[in-house]
Amino acid sequence: MNRTGSVSSSLSPVSGCLPDVEPKPAGQPLWLLAELTYKCPLQCPYCSNPLDFSASGQELSTEQWVQVLRQAREMGAAQLGFSGGEPLTRPDLNELIQEARHLGYYSNLITSGLGLNERKLEQFRASGLDHIQVSFQASDAEVNNMLAGSAKAFEQKLKMAREVKANGYPMVLNFVTHRHNIDRIDRIIELCVELGADYVELATCQYYGWAFENREQLMPSRAQLERAERITNEYRARLEAAGNPIKLIFVTPDYYEERPKGCMNGWGQIFLTVTPDGTALPCHSARQLPVQFPNVKDRSLEDIWYRSFGFNKYRGDDWMKEPCRSCDEKGKDFGGCRCQAYMLTGDAANADPVCSKSAHHGKILQARSEAEVPTDTPMTFRNERNSRVFCRSD
Amino acid sequence: MSVQRIPGFNPMFRLQWEKAQDSYVLLYPEGMIKLNPSAGEILARVDGQRSEAEITAALQQAFPDADSLAGDVREFMEVAREQNWIRFL
Ligand code: SF4
Ligand code: SF4
Repeated sequence: MNRTGSVSSSLSPVSGCLPDVEPKPAGQPLWLLAELTYKCPLQCPYCSNPLDFSASGQELSTEQWVQVLRQAREMGAAQLGFSGGEPLTRPDLNELIQEARHLGYYSNLITSGLGLNERKLEQFRASGLDHIQVSFQASDAEVNNMLAGSAKAFEQKLKMAREVKANGYPMVLNFVTHRHNIDRIDRIIELCVELGADYVELATCQYYGWAFENREQLMPSRAQLERAERITNEYRARLEAAGNPIKLIFVTPDYYEERPKGCMNGWGQIFLTVTPDGTALPCHSARQLPVQFPNVKDRSLEDIWYRSFGFNKYRGDDWMKEPCRSCDEKGKDFGGCRCQAYMLTGDAANADPVCSKSAHHGKILQARSEAEVPTDTPMTFRNERNSRVFCRSD
Repeated sequence: MSVQRIPGFNPMFRLQWEKAQDSYVLLYPEGMIKLNPSAGEILARVDGQRSEAEITAALQQAFPDADSLAGDVREFMEVAREQNWIRFL
């Protein structure tokens, strides 16, 4: 998402509803991520879904999703992502695509490609779907299927990627890279070129959700990473010289940085996620924080965005502790990622330990040195059975 | 470079007026570019039918107080092509 920098809002909070907290300056939710379901035929060990997804409440109905789309659009949302889980498992997906186009969204379907077929591709196109992102696990069937926990996944993905282009959609291919596939980056890029992708995201996995559980087995070494980046740059130059408009986007894991990323462009500033059961989040991994987040079943999105406790919690900078509080870079990175601070330091208001000024930066250094010595411990696959292990018993 | 050339959108991009942002935006996979008013007005007249000269004339008519716009339009077309937003048909 291009950061437009405009954070003023034409929507004045309506009176009558008592805010949970003193509302803080907020931008417009330009980006709505609709996580339609946690159902998914795959079991990626780096899935960003919560570990205890199997304990999640009932999915929103079609009518409830339509309400969410309408309200968010009214508040300025223009980009809409249908994601999950696997959004194709929702039988009302086509209806929601139609509604999205009718409302004027640019709609993105973020899919594994499983459950997709030619008929659906044509139907979605006619309904106004703008773009499809297909995610791959690796460049060859063996590694791909090992990682996805499915034998036929790779073949189906290739077929669907070709169909996506044949139907005239812009196509983004997303490869989550990690120590098991990053050395094949040349093959990955070649596959994307061959499939006619418009954009390729070579995203080194970020360690949230299941990926955090599996970090030791996923994190590439520095040498692996540097090699992959160099090869990507070589391909970029070569493809550009050949007049190929394909764009290669290389995302380094922040574990190899000295400063954190400006997470979500600021808490509750442009990004809004609604989870399958209607919980509204400022970021798709925020659910793991010990913060009470509002639900769209109970209150309007407008009320949630501007006045809920959860969305105001880390807005602005008065919640910050040292070293962020007195740091002159806080306007740039907002102290980094709240989830990462929480996962690694136990306090979400601490600086993201990726920052070399953080007292907990040693945790990152330790993960880096562990990545130099590969281990053989098996990965924990994302599935119902493993998820129940993580469920809080209540 | 002839002013008779006909610009059309790269199918990857969709131009749209956004009330909430009070401007035209270009939407593309998972991204959005907020356009400044003159860029928005020019692109709003790109339809794959009208030539650059016709677009300039239409703008001149819409903004009668403006000086000659031909240079600005040509310059912007080059930028838009470099950004891959438009192509010449
Ligand atoms: S990351 Fe894998 S397991 Fe998780 S939702 Fe996506 S396809 Fe399914
Ligand atoms: S101390 Fe905090 S605000 Fe400063 S650079 Fe580090 S994370 Fe960012």
